[in-house]
Amino acid sequence: MEKELKSLSEVTIRFAGDSGDGMQLTGSQFSDTTAFVGNDLSTLPDYPSEIRAPAGTLYGVSGFQLKFSSDSVNTPGDMPYVLIAMNPAALKTNVKDLKSNGIIIINEDAFDKKNLKLANYETNPLEDDSLKGFKVIPVPISTLTANALKDTNLTPKEVARCKNFFALGLTYWLFNRPVEPTINWLHKKFSKMPEIAEANELVLKAGSNFGEVTQLITVRYNVESAKLEKGIYKNVSGNEATSIGMVAAAHKAGIPLFLGSYPITPATEILQNLSKYKNFNVKTYQAEDEIAGITSAIGASFGGNLSYTTTSGPGLALKTEALGLAVITELPLVVINVQRGGPSTGLPTKTEQSDLLQAVYGRNGEAPIPVLAASTPKDCFYMVYEATRIALKYMTPVILLTDAYIANGSEPWKLPHADELPDIDVKFQTETENFYPYSRNEFNARPWAVPGTPGLEHRIGGLEKSHIYGNVAHDPDNHDFMVKLRAKKVADIANDIPELEIEGDIDADLIVLGWGGTKGTITESVRRARKNGYKVAQAHLKYLNPLPKNTEEVLKKYKKVLIPEINLGQLARIIKSEFLVDVEQYNKVRGLPFKAVEIQTKIAEMLGGNNGE
Amino acid sequence: MENKTIDQEVKLKPKDFASDQDVRWCPGCGDYSILSQAQKVMPEIGVPKEKIVWVSGIGCSSRFPYYMSTYGFHGIHGRAPAIATGLKLSNPELSVWVATGDGDLMSIGGNHFIHTCRKNIDLNILMFNNEIYGLTKGQYSPTSERGKVTKTTPYGSIDTPFNPISLALGSKATFIARSIDRNPKHLKEVLTKANAHKGTSFIEIYQNCIIFNDGAFDDLSNKETKEDNVLEMKHGEPLVFGKDNNKGIKLDGFTPKVVDLTTGEYSLDDLWVHDEFDESQNRAYILSQFHDNPNLPVPIGVFRQVNSPTLNEELEKQIKFQIEKKGKGNLESLLFSGNTWEVE
Ligand code: SF4
Repeated sequence: MEKELKSLSEVTIRFAGDSGDGMQLTGSQFSDTTAFVGNDLSTLPDYPSEIRAPAGTLYGVSGFQLKFSSDSVNTPGDMPYVLIAMNPAALKTNVKDLKSNGIIIINEDAFDKKNLKLANYETNPLEDDSLKGFKVIPVPISTLTANALKDTNLTPKEVARCKNFFALGLTYWLFNRPVEPTINWLHKKFSKMPEIAEANELVLKAGSNFGEVTQLITVRYNVESAKLEKGIYKNVSGNEATSIGMVAAAHKAGIPLFLGSYPITPATEILQNLSKYKNFNVKTYQAEDEIAGITSAIGASFGGNLSYTTTSGPGLALKTEALGLAVITELPLVVINVQRGGPSTGLPTKTEQSDLLQAVYGRNGEAPIPVLAASTPKDCFYMVYEATRIALKYMTPVILLTDAYIANGSEPWKLPHADELPDIDVKFQTETENFYPYSRNEFNARPWAVPGTPGLEHRIGGLEKSHIYGNVAHDPDNHDFMVKLRAKKVADIANDIPELEIEGDIDADLIVLGWGGTKGTITESVRRARKNGYKVAQAHLKYLNPLPKNTEEVLKKYKKVLIPEINLGQLARIIKSEFLVDVEQYNKVRGLPFKAVEIQTKIAEMLGGNNGE
Repeated sequence: MENKTIDQEVKLKPKDFASDQDVRWCPGCGDYSILSQAQKVMPEIGVPKEKIVWVSGIGCSSRFPYYMSTYGFHGIHGRAPAIATGLKLSNPELSVWVATGDGDLMSIGGNHFIHTCRKNIDLNILMFNNEIYGLTKGQYSPTSERGKVTKTTPYGSIDTPFNPISLALGSKATFIARSIDRNPKHLKEVLTKANAHKGTSFIEIYQNCIIFNDGAFDDLSNKETKEDNVLEMKHGEPLVFGKDNNKGIKLDGFTPKVVDLTTGEYSLDDLWVHDEFDESQNRAYILSQFHDNPNLPVPIGVFRQVNSPTLNEELEKQIKFQIEKKGKGNLESLLFSGNTWEVE
């Protein structure tokens, strides 16, 4: 049967199923292939914190959303147009987000009595008219998967595990994407289990063929490739970009990398990644707890390694005391905090921006630490590189904030060449003449004199030290001097970072100021508001401490400042107290990224109109 | 800094390991003796001074690094083993020593202690055990005995104390020893042995806190009582103690018994012969429990030492092996690895 091929400029789709259904894998395969055919894209994995929640339950649903386009993409999309629902629970929890008239591909085999009950459906939504207003495509995915595998020796359990590839194959067909990249991936991934690779290949192709022959679907869609800048690309998640950025920085600095860490969602992946890079002279140490994670890193930094520790909110809280130790010993260290929902254990797998105040202020004593934030998945690479540069140049701990949204989400990244990356200078002290452990260079950094260097034997530690000489000192004036000196050292980094840039309408009345992982959403909402005739400016902070030198000047240009944050106004609080400017806050703390439409509506409201839609 | 023109060919003396800082422990504190023995051992271990690092936590004992003229790091409460671990992994050529106390290591640092032991990182951990909190002025510690009256236990401690040697054994430490501040000769010997051992060496050193727990170890150090209360373990020799070695330890099944060697009923041949290299932990464990039994003497010396791969060596090995296998990491290929595509 000839199918109509419709052209779309952008599509948002969501895969949803049980956490054991392999939805994250399905989503990331679809993303990789979509990137491969040249679309720009942005992804949003969303999964429960239970590893295998009981099958069929509402709280066990795992989802993966992505938006792809022939134009540039800033967000994973507000509302999906297509939903792939592997069971009733997945349908129930996701259908409310779907665009009206959207398409739902449903695994109808999973809509039995038991699953319907687990999902709290009184009647079968496939049989009543609750899904009116959507294009529903019921497909017996489990049966068709079993059919495709009837000649293999797989156990029924193994067969059942392949069904996500049927859904993937069908979705590939629906959006006119090739199956080959996934087939290649399968054979590489399961090179030691060829029967599994072949089974999944069979099912993938069966899904794609089903699209070709079924009477249920008459239209397929095409999204032309985006006009991306020339170059070589790969699809990268924030945690991957962070991992590569750390290795790159150590490589450029020319010293061994030491990562002392403790597994914690959603940061664990970085420790896992780095443990594979041993041939880059990367030392990974999975410590007994968060505190040993950072204190081992401090020890390694004293020993002359480029030290990192990775964590998330609760872990950062545990590292607090040690951060102060790194401040007073003035040793280079980069702490990467992949923020998640708090307080306490909070929402471990969900995103939030609520550790900003903890990062900037959360320590005993006056303990200034530079704080940076990455704004998109690929930006994690550049920001961890930058955090490293600052840590080494100023002999200071640095905190880099990312979040679960950009850490797990992915986007195409135009790869930089190794030789294009800026150099990172490391100078160990070797000269014994006039060596004092707390002497200062022009940046107020003290010398890095590592054990093993003859003639530089000295002692450092958590007690206050005398200026220049570094002996234990309880002298009141010395303490006052050292407190101010440490503060000045960090404050002066403002001279060494880029100024805050204004985008959009420079002469607008309203500026939207964001920080961290909300960049894509804010950019998208500002773009839409401007399209609707509003004049709006935008600025995005990547340096939170110190702030860029011109921050105050920028903000004071505008009558209104809007600060959207996935917290209760932590940046707003800093901005108000630093510059005494009035700001309007927009805060939602749902464990999810903003929707562009939410900020867009807020902008319209502030500019006295409706949002034009 | 002090003494920059050290010629390593010239043999250093103990005083070359003293820093220019005034030592600020209370006069008569047992820490002085430990410091002095450590300074005596340093020139003899065959490691150049710049490769020696002392790391500490918080407490009276933890001021130690400031008084040594080597590299030093005064950490935060309980974390010395973790700091020392990172340091050793960053540069395995360093000789890393940890000075800590019973509060620092057994209480707030307990977790780091047990994991450092099991990971067998090549460190020497000296735990100054004075069975009290000194720096915070006299509260009971995790090694204080039940019933002890201190500022926070005015009606007597109701806690069961740790037995640090048993704990170290249970944590799979590969070198476990005990010594006493007032027995400098013995202390120096034990420190020398600990240094020679590859892996985590744990030494419990009974240390008299003259201010808050004076006399805690008097029966182990006073002339009149020490012979009857201290059992000096020597490898390959029968366990004897008392005046003129008139008593010995005999093992009846799992039960150690004190026997009199003067009556003719028992001879040296009946006694338990100490084997510090015993592969099994069982006998060392029985010895560690002597401390808790008032009818038995307190053993000093090496309870057990065995060879086992160290974490620092294993990590170096893995790195070397991966470099041999995959070639030295190439940043350009790392960047361009995975599913890439070209936009023309
Ligand atoms: S308080 Fe006790 S342990 Fe501390 S220095 Fe004084 S005597 Fe020594």
